Amino acid sequence: MPTTPDTPSALGSPARRSEGREKVTGAARYAAEHTPPGCAYAWPVPATIARGRVTSVDTAPATAVPGVIGVLTPYDAPRLGAADDPTLRLLQDLSVPHRGWYVALAVADTLEGARAAAATVRVTYETDPHDVILSVDHQRAYTPEEANGGHPAHREQGDPDAALAAAPVRIDCAYAVAPLHNHPMEPHSATADWDEERHHLTVHDSSQGAGPVRTALAALLKLTDEDVTVVSEHVGGGFGCKGTPRPHVVLAAMASRRYGRPVKLALPRNHLPATVGHRAPTLHRIRLGARTDGTLTALTHEVTTHTSRVREFVEQAAVPARVMYAVPDMRTIHRAVALDVPTPSWMRAPGEAPGMYALESAMDELAETLGIDPIELRVRNEPRTEPDSGLPFSSRHLVECLREGAERFGWADCREPRRQGPHLIGSGVAAATYPVLVAPSTARAHALPDGGYLVEINATDIGTGARTVLAQVAADALRVPLDRVSVAIGHTGLPAASLAGGSSGTGSWGWAVHDACTALTARLERHHGPLPTVGLSASADTTQSAKQKSPYSRHAFGAHFAEVRVDTITGEVRARRMLGVFAAGRILNPLTARSQFKGGMVMGLGMALTEHSTMDAEFGDFAESDLAAYHVPAHADVPTIEAHWIDEHDKHLNPMGSKGIGEIGIVGTAAAIGNAFCHATGHRLRELPLTPDRVLTALGGAG
Amino acid sequence: MKPFAYVRATSLQEAAAAYASHPGSRYIGGGTNLVDLMKHDVETPDTLIDLTRLPLHDIRELPTGGLRVEAGVSNTDLAVHPLVRTRYPALSQALLAGASGQLRNVATTGGNLLQRTRCPYFQDVSKPCNKREPGTGCAARDGVHRDHAVLGHSEHCIATHPSDMAVALAALDAEIELYDGEHGTRRVAAAGFHRLPGEHPERDTVLRPGEIVTAVLLPPPAPGAVSLYRKARDRASYAFALASVAAVLALHDGRVRHVALAFGGLAHRPWRATTAEERLTGAVPTDEAVREAVDAELAAARPLPDNAFKVALARNLARDAVATLVRSAPGAPPARPQP
Repeated sequence: MPTTPDTPSALGSPARRSEGREKVTGAARYAAEHTPPGCAYAWPVPATIARGRVTSVDTAPATAVPGVIGVLTPYDAPRLGAADDPTLRLLQDLSVPHRGWYVALAVADTLEGARAAAATVRVTYETDPHDVILSVDHQRAYTPEEANGGHPAHREQGDPDAALAAAPVRIDCAYAVAPLHNHPMEPHSATADWDEERHHLTVHDSSQGAGPVRTALAALLKLTDEDVTVVSEHVGGGFGCKGTPRPHVVLAAMASRRYGRPVKLALPRNHLPATVGHRAPTLHRIRLGARTDGTLTALTHEVTTHTSRVREFVEQAAVPARVMYAVPDMRTIHRAVALDVPTPSWMRAPGEAPGMYALESAMDELAETLGIDPIELRVRNEPRTEPDSGLPFSSRHLVECLREGAERFGWADCREPRRQGPHLIGSGVAAATYPVLVAPSTARAHALPDGGYLVEINATDIGTGARTVLAQVAADALRVPLDRVSVAIGHTGLPAASLAGGSSGTGSWGWAVHDACTALTARLERHHGPLPTVGLSASADTTQSAKQKSPYSRHAFGAHFAEVRVDTITGEVRARRMLGVFAAGRILNPLTARSQFKGGMVMGLGMALTEHSTMDAEFGDFAESDLAAYHVPAHADVPTIEAHWIDEHDKHLNPMGSKGIGEIGIVGTAAAIGNAFCHATGHRLRELPLTPDRVLTALGGAG
Repeated sequence: MKPFAYVRATSLQEAAAAYASHPGSRYIGGGTNLVDLMKHDVETPDTLIDLTRLPLHDIRELPTGGLRVEAGVSNTDLAVHPLVRTRYPALSQALLAGASGQLRNVATTGGNLLQRTRCPYFQDVSKPCNKREPGTGCAARDGVHRDHAVLGHSEHCIATHPSDMAVALAALDAEIELYDGEHGTRRVAAAGFHRLPGEHPERDTVLRPGEIVTAVLLPPPAPGAVSLYRKARDRASYAFALASVAAVLALHDGRVRHVALAFGGLAHRPWRATTAEERLTGAVPTDEAVREAVDAELAAARPLPDNAFKVALARNLARDAVATLVRSAPGAPPARPQP
């Protein structure tokens, strides 16, 4: 066994992204960059009404376009099998549940031909009145059973109404977060290749999990899992909107099977807002009751959000309040309205991102009302156990994050807002939290006769550095140098694993990789003499361990600090400094982890200042259809950002001791920026984003 | 996207001839806007006539002291030209405030002038738009219009012109040189090149069919004049103006000898603030005088329900721009201590 006991631990080292060179040189191929021989191209046709049904589809002009292979419509598309997700039941009936819902698919020899053909498809509709605008008092608002993530929609402890009535100090505020779109750099795309002879479908898909794509495609196309191979080798971002299969891959697979040719389908950017999910708008009402020393006595967080008529998805924005502060009397409740809108879905930290914006803004308002430092207010309300479940925390270092952040940020020195000419400068703080999620996975590890090791697992790298960190986990468990380990991921032919979502990837996959490599190490220790030519292998399956319910409340925590500059002439708000400190278990790779934290913070910056989608009441779609109109932060918006973490040792997580880090960076960022805005200007804006129109109005218009 | 033919012209005559012989053709420069619009079927030319090979890539100083900028000069090259930076800072700043570095490298001077509105309804062929399809109605008026016009709009169209560069050119009294095969060359004032929508929002400019923008002519700067461009936007880069202002100012004995103000983001064309200019000319540019002049200009504003903030924003920008120029202009009164 060629172990080197003095090898420095690979885990925790700043290993560079193993596929970085392929990516920057263009060698890494994404889903739309696979072109099997004879490949055809598809272009979908979106509905142009907000609600109603298709009454006819005229495909004659489309089929006359040179090179057109065919046009699928609800009248003649292959009948699909059962789908857990009704947004995937494409071209199966004539109903139009929202604008942008696909009503036809043109397939041609070339991309240009498919696009031209799609433009000539004539669809007639019968329209019904539509309702796309969310309001807090909407007549059809209802309380669902569950919010996203399986959380009960309604939780109540004690008697919050009585406690509020009795509280010496009360905060009662409404906050609003606009609809947001994930808009990963790589639009959703798939190349599907149905082989009639082998009765096998091969799909390259831009997805956060090839496994769920395979399961869905097999069910929809009435195949077995073994009939389908899905490859998601490189994925250009997802942020949740590639978490489960989306329409593009189903359409590509349907078309390939119908026409007997490989079919490539890459969604244009302007289709994304209506077809692959969005963060639903959330309307929040938060009431806090407190004693004059800042001790919270009551908390209610009521969230109203929209969902579609196709599938219920309820942004769990009141859930983080169940974890954050020691409050004996608490109510957290979600209400939803099913509107004629595109189906919302996961977007980075669903629930926590908007929920913590509202809660942490309210905490700031309370601190201001009481004249207590906002950090101190949070410290005073630190719970001993999780308020909702009563479970002990496996580890919780929020106070340490706040304290260290304050030190690094120079919090004590920026408690006075400043004026520099026409600019107002202020700073703010907010807390962050994100749950530790884990899902069963399997992995296989091989020791090869050449001294190398191969780890196989159907994990997905959506730009996070998953390949790299899994190699580190493996090298650590195998006690070999990192460069001896290679990792194969992103293919359903590999041992099954969970999808990249819920910040659960590294913990879930790493656990299986760790177990497989530990088993392989034991096998190697028992093995004497040279390895057989096929090498030695070991497998692991974490189904038992991962599914075990933990007796602990397991969450990562963090603290955000922001300094903003408000231009009183233009109403423009720009961040000057941002700093985050996180307690997220063991940090397995400081290089890629820092990127993830910072990326989350930049997305939070967008949520706070620039990003929003506007539902068009008349047409029922989002007005922003490209990256010129949907304002993700540009480089010039991003100030000095620092991400730090504290050394957290938690034995109740997984063999690596890690918590997820993909999402917590966005949680609380917007509140810190909003609080800084209030500090700078003395005006509290309770609706995001803080764009010049709102800011100028708040400042009284004229400078 | 409709299939189209492509013709590459190497001279103005060739381009004009190609236009005459290909009905339904469009000229293309950098293509940063036109190609997007073609992909979305907003523009459906049968033929594209590529003008990028025309010998129109020079920036030349004129004997008058002015500058001749040929239409094929890229936005980047124009913005960084030493004479533009020193004599026409408003123009350089406006260019650099527009689009992104990548787009500016490709976009041309002529193309910048002829870019279309970014109104979301104009860009979506599934919705009504009088500019794209006259007579279908304006969906923006009762729709999403935070970014739309507050000045000079009509019942038919509330779109704004998106160019930053054109706003600076309007304030700098630039002229646009045009060529067509039949009539030869003519010039129009930059401030009058773009139209108000009126009954015909489908016409962005006074350009005649087939006419080609060949150059932009900048007059010599007024003696002692200083200029700047200021833009407010939703994000720090790569965003169109919510409102912007280009300002030119020359003082004499503490009074305004020359002033030019043009607003961007407020109207269907760069909005030259002639009312404000008239009031300010000859006046001592106190903050009070500037405020009154700008208010008089903006009294004509007819904001829509969701864009009234633009009026306040424009007022703030203009007052700040003039105040900034007053501080830097030769002949300014000595700075008084700030209260």
